[in-house]
Amino acid sequence: MATKLILLLVIVLAVVAVSQLMKLYEISSTLKNRNEYEISRSQNRINGFLMLLFMVVFFISMFVLMVKIGWNGLGDSASMHGDSLDVLMRLNMWIVFIVFFVTNFLLFYFAYKYQHKPGAKAYFYTHSSKLEFLWTAIPASALLVMVIWGLSVWNDITSPASADAEVIEIYSKQFDWTVRYAGKDNKLAKFDYKVTSDRNLLGLVNSQTLEYAIDKMKNDPLLGIDAINNKLNDKTLVFNAEERKKMTETLHRNEEIYRLLVQLSNRFDKSLDAQSWDDIIVAGPAEKMYLCVDQEYEINFRSKDVIHSALIPAFRLQMNTVPGQTTRFKFTPTVTTKTEREKRKDPKYNYYLVCNKICGSSHYKMYMEIEVLEKDEYKAVMKAFQMGGELLSPKDQELLKGVFGESLPKAHTFKAMFEASAPAPAAETTTTEVADSTAVAETI
Amino acid sequence: MSAIVHEAHGHTEHAHHEENFVSKYIFSQDHKMISKQYLITAVFMGTVGMLLSVFFRIQLAWPGEPSDFIHFFLGDRWAPEGILREDMFLGLVTIHGTIMVFFLLTGGLSGTFSNLLIPYQIGARDMASGFMNMISYWLFFLSSIIMLASLFVESGPAMGGWTVYPPLSALPQFISGSGLGMDLWLTSMTLFIASSLMGSLNYISTVLNLRTKGMNMNRLPLTVWTFFITAIVGLLTFPVLLSAALLLVMDRSLGTSFYLSDVIAGSDMMTNHGGSPILFEHLFWFLGHPEVYLVLMPSLGITSEIIATNTRKPIFGYKAMVGSTLAIGFLSCVVWAHHMFVTGMNPFLGSVFVFTTLLIAIPSAVKVFNYLTTLWKGTIIYTPGLMFSIGLVSSFITGGITGIILADSSLDITVHDTMFVVAHFHVVMGLSAVFGMYAGIYHWFPKFFGKLMNVRLGYIHFWITLVCAYGVFIPMHFMGISGAPRRYYDYSVYEVFDHETFLKIENLNLIISLFAIIGSLGQLVFIFNFFYSIFKGQKAPQNPWKSTTLEWTTPVEHIHGNWPGELPEVHRWPYDLSKPGWDVDYVMQTEPLREGELVDGGINEH
Repeated sequence: MATKLILLLVIVLAVVAVSQLMKLYEISSTLKNRNEYEISRSQNRINGFLMLLFMVVFFISMFVLMVKIGWNGLGDSASMHGDSLDVLMRLNMWIVFIVFFVTNFLLFYFAYKYQHKPGAKAYFYTHSSKLEFLWTAIPASALLVMVIWGLSVWNDITSPASADAEVIEIYSKQFDWTVRYAGKDNKLAKFDYKVTSDRNLLGLVNSQTLEYAIDKMKNDPLLGIDAINNKLNDKTLVFNAEERKKMTETLHRNEEIYRLLVQLSNRFDKSLDAQSWDDIIVAGPAEKMYLCVDQEYEINFRSKDVIHSALIPAFRLQMNTVPGQTTRFKFTPTVTTKTEREKRKDPKYNYYLVCNKICGSSHYKMYMEIEVLEKDEYKAVMKAFQMGGELLSPKDQELLKGVFGESLPKAHTFKAMFEASAPAPAAETTTTEVADSTAVAETI
Repeated sequence: MSAIVHEAHGHTEHAHHEENFVSKYIFSQDHKMISKQYLITAVFMGTVGMLLSVFFRIQLAWPGEPSDFIHFFLGDRWAPEGILREDMFLGLVTIHGTIMVFFLLTGGLSGTFSNLLIPYQIGARDMASGFMNMISYWLFFLSSIIMLASLFVESGPAMGGWTVYPPLSALPQFISGSGLGMDLWLTSMTLFIASSLMGSLNYISTVLNLRTKGMNMNRLPLTVWTFFITAIVGLLTFPVLLSAALLLVMDRSLGTSFYLSDVIAGSDMMTNHGGSPILFEHLFWFLGHPEVYLVLMPSLGITSEIIATNTRKPIFGYKAMVGSTLAIGFLSCVVWAHHMFVTGMNPFLGSVFVFTTLLIAIPSAVKVFNYLTTLWKGTIIYTPGLMFSIGLVSSFITGGITGIILADSSLDITVHDTMFVVAHFHVVMGLSAVFGMYAGIYHWFPKFFGKLMNVRLGYIHFWITLVCAYGVFIPMHFMGISGAPRRYYDYSVYEVFDHETFLKIENLNLIISLFAIIGSLGQLVFIFNFFYSIFKGQKAPQNPWKSTTLEWTTPVEHIHGNWPGELPEVHRWPYDLSKPGWDVDYVMQTEPLREGELVDGGINEH
């Protein structure tokens, strides 16, 4: 408190002091018969000189930053399209910096050179069609080159992926990333957000997940339709209007989802089940995303909740993930993590995927590491994710050790995950009975 | 019709017009008083916006370190033990952006200067509708109050960034600020839009209907041209933001699905289906991009006027200046999707927007070169207004050229939503508009308050502001180029996988914050000078800068109807400065033409 008072006192005193000084200054200027609007020769001279000085300091700091930080993107790119993008960036940066230095120089130099001097009269010069045509035409032609070049790169980047591209999925939610590989059959299975559950984070559709989702929607001890109905009809429980409204809303939502799930389930073709069971799921940030060097990928992006943006600076890759729709980006990584580490002389360096669209309070912590592997390593990793590391040949296990160290990875298929998270059969009924009513209201 | 009313009013009533305190200072319908109300509100809002930025700059420079300063303002709730909370960080960023873009720059520039200068410079007694003008200000005031009030809500202010993209802003499950804070944000913006529309309608009809005799469109000062075009663009685009906001309100409160589809919010599986958040982005940026030019164009107009006056030289290429403003105004409405290159929209659509966006560089380049030519062979008088105008030209160049990189859809992939973007738009629209606003305040202070601002304090203010502004935003470009995303509470994740980049970002963050803090303190010089000069400043003469336009023919004291007798008649364009054949270096617009004299600087001859 005392410090605050002192602070306040200092501010007040400062204001008083400055205002006294101003008064003094004003009295002295009236004595000298000077007015605020009459700018003196020395004021002109000083400010003109400062303009020039500022320009010099400004330009020097620019150079220092260019040298120290780099003005040319993010170091060498590690993807195929990244290289052509960097060439374009360099071209643009050259043009930008030339324009920057030339025009700023002219501005500050003119400001210095043409400061008012006694007796000088300005040159009455109102227009010149020639000059104006000149500085319409020059930027226009420079821009034309940039547009054509830029769009040709853009067309390359956004053209459809080739037939041998591997399709993988990046799924975002507050605040982590999950990657899904197609698995053995090379096909990413169908998804529907309504079947998303604790056991099925990505909402993959097959007859079992549908059954589980329907059952959960109906019988979940906390949020299930029956549970909420029971609560609402229980005369011994008291809810205020707010709680009741929230519970009713949840109930209506869940009933609608339930109806849609049943419809979906009735029409679902069971023969497609296998498509989803073999999909491989890797969840960040605890686990890494693995990619194969020189392999073309098409990434499909999805989001569970809000808009996120997947940014991988080293690959010059960015795409928003939008709830309700799938976005795509194709690319080919060209440098393995190992090579990149050697090049940077930084044994800890990693490629990374970060979130680049404001997505909630922990936005800044949403990331996933990426490791780019040699082809044989990548194959071994995928095989291990399919069947578990122990079942691989000794030669493959040797490769795995290069990636994971001593502990061999378990299977990461959707089937393995779904089964591992199955609830113990007896547990369900007991939780329903003991569920605390206040806890229910709060969760809802 | 209203012109006639004003005429009659001015002649018969102004001598014995009784005004009480409320009708003179509060619910005033006089454009001069309303512009002062706008100005002071904007200065206040700007101060708040700046203070908010200091809070999050402290967090970014010294992440996780307790700060008494932050604790003093935000208290235990938002800064427990002096450490800013991560959701409040986003709240501060959001409200800082909203206040600066809408309340400082739109209200402070269009509201203040259009109101003051349009009637003065075209020779009108007042705005076309004084009543609507008054309503416009009070809606602005109300919306400011609501926006400030949202900072004090228990669940925090809106936290989705000033662009408030749904679904983040649509459901409170995603972030606490999307509850009541967001409701207040939407309410405030709705009122703001209403205010802005009324203002725009007024500016347009005043310029079209109330010009005095001889003031044809070719003789309008460039300020009035830019205010006029700004108002038209605002009138065409603000309603789209209103519709975007209303649809968001419906999604939030009435269960519609304009922007929501297949969303799971925490444990709630939403039933919304078929909407798209990308629709919101389109609607938002349909205003959001022209908005950049809504704040920039008035500044450019102000600068044109001040540079001409203080170089004692006609503005070079009057018609090109008007034409380029028109071109910028038109193009600004067809470039919005360049904010959305990486949303997954159709790549061909992206190509179209690359083309239209880069087109804007052409009229912008014309403006810059015309300013340079105006300075060339001029006699520059270093008033604070002129210095800020030079600052504007510099920041317009520096910020404009980085726009070329962002406008390129392929390059945008790497720099989109990084600090590079933040630096770019702060320089090109933030700095330019703020410099323009400062220039206008120093230059037209005599017309606002009948006083002059202190010149020396003006110099101090200018140099601190220019150095610190570049000190903040030039390093920020390099931070973005190194891959630092925006709206990050801290960059500690980088330490894990890319130590080199992490160090770069940390060092730059520190430099930026230091400049930001010094720069903010520098603005106190201005605030002091501003209020000191209102009360104690030197009394201004009628035409201190020896300018040619009509506002300098009015009496220093504000009177109802602006001119005591007849309205002035205009005989020439506003830029007869240092004209050959005249002894004085400026010829007022009211001065009749001499025989054989070059008419309007020869701009209408071919």
